[in-house]
Amino acid sequence: MDNEVAIIGVGLHPFGRTDALSGQQQGAYAVREALKDAGIEWKDVGVAYGGSQDGGNADALSNHLGLTGIPFVNVANGCATGGSALASVIAAIQSGVAEIGVAVGFDKHPRGAFNPRPKDWGLEDWYGETGLMLTTQFFALKTQRYMHEHGIGEEALVRIAQRAFRNGALTPHAWRRRELSYAEIAESMPVNLPLRKFMFCNPAEGGAALVLCSAKHARKYSAKPVIVKAAVMRTRHHGSFEVFNPGLAAQQSPAPTVMASRAAFELAGVGPQDIDVIQLQDTDSGSELIHIAENGFCEHGEQAHLLKNGDTDIHGRLPINTDGGCLANGEPVGASGLRQVIEICTQLRGQAGARQVPGTPRLGYTHVYGAPGVSAVTILQAG
Amino acid sequence: MMLDTPKKLACPELLDLAGGRLALLGSRCRACGEVYFPASHGCTRCCATDMEPYRLGSEGTLWSWTIQGFRPKAPYNGGESEADFRPYGVGYVEMPSGVKVESRLSVADPALLAIGMPMILTLQAYRQVPGEAPVYTYAFAPA
Ligand SMILES: [Zn+2]
Repeated sequence: MDNEVAIIGVGLHPFGRTDALSGQQQGAYAVREALKDAGIEWKDVGVAYGGSQDGGNADALSNHLGLTGIPFVNVANGCATGGSALASVIAAIQSGVAEIGVAVGFDKHPRGAFNPRPKDWGLEDWYGETGLMLTTQFFALKTQRYMHEHGIGEEALVRIAQRAFRNGALTPHAWRRRELSYAEIAESMPVNLPLRKFMFCNPAEGGAALVLCSAKHARKYSAKPVIVKAAVMRTRHHGSFEVFNPGLAAQQSPAPTVMASRAAFELAGVGPQDIDVIQLQDTDSGSELIHIAENGFCEHGEQAHLLKNGDTDIHGRLPINTDGGCLANGEPVGASGLRQVIEICTQLRGQAGARQVPGTPRLGYTHVYGAPGVSAVTILQAG
Repeated sequence: MMLDTPKKLACPELLDLAGGRLALLGSRCRACGEVYFPASHGCTRCCATDMEPYRLGSEGTLWSWTIQGFRPKAPYNGGESEADFRPYGVGYVEMPSGVKVESRLSVADPALLAIGMPMILTLQAYRQVPGEAPVYTYAFAPA
């Protein structure tokens, strides 16, 4: 395709807790790092899309970066904010709006679990008042059912968390850098069985940014551009098992992840067997467990074997969440999806240091999923 | 279950108390027959808007479950202190129509819960604050 778009710069403000900086400051930091990586300046950027959930408007980053008059669009799509910003920048570059675009996500959440209000979700007060409106409950109920249907035991959940913290320990910018033993995870506090304390990620802070341009011009800026082969977002169908649902339909239908993944593979003209390094949404061990199969990397029920075998480790055949994912980095909602893209770019450029996957990885994959049933997938190729 | 004394309910609109028999109320799409809990104003399956009230009944089977291990933040209003909080069961119960209803469960012991077990509708005093009438919500108990 001659209309392809490439990532020519990546920038991250490390996730975790940075009391001295606002969410917007962390977003601006990430943009500056990405510009430096691409060897350009903010005044060279022609269009920007960005967002945060709790960190304020993205277009206010111009107050930090410079008031250059460009169109800067605020994106608000929950966990898919980064993916939506990326897809929008790609479309803008492809349509000729600008030669160079920036996608940015950042966030700064209050401590503790998210605190949703029923009215915001079209629900009545009783649902929250009686103690049913919790994301952790949803993840647990979905995981419990999935494990029952596919004959998967709790060891698989422990192994996912164990690998996340093992990879986090190898990642200099990760938030949680301590390896945890099998027993430490398996015996941690039951938050919502079958999910325990160390199987959940925490809300966090941070920023992530990408600089993109037409693939034709990418080598002007970067010796190692990364081509975006697909960036797809999908929302739920009737019958999908999603968060904050007092009732589920009689017939279940495939999750938005399945639809986004299939569309991305079709667009990129490749299959799951061609992917060398993978990022999957892991707000909790159960979600990652389900997402391995929903994204086509194995059959439903095969995960326990893959995990036991080490197939999803950095040196395995399906390296997943090589930087420790959300479990080790926390989840600043607006930035999380772009953190995944940055990790894949780092791996495809061969710059991942101690956590580098072996060989010469050519194709990478990212997947986010979130409320109220949205998923975004990208397929990235070393340029 | 039979109802004796009137109780303070968190969600009266979800319950049908006709004839003293407790049942959950939902709605059904007149165009395609899809059943909803709670009652819905439109059908997300076929996009029609002509809905009728539908009695979901009071018996089903456990479709999934978890134990709520920590005291939720507001808008939860159980009213107990952190120290007084006791974990409670939460599940989806599959009703005869096939719709799965999210519900508190009467038990919070993993050893007493298994997917597929028969469940029956009951009321649970989820808010018990001294000096106030207890507030009830619907819940399911092992049948
Ligand atoms: Zn209908």
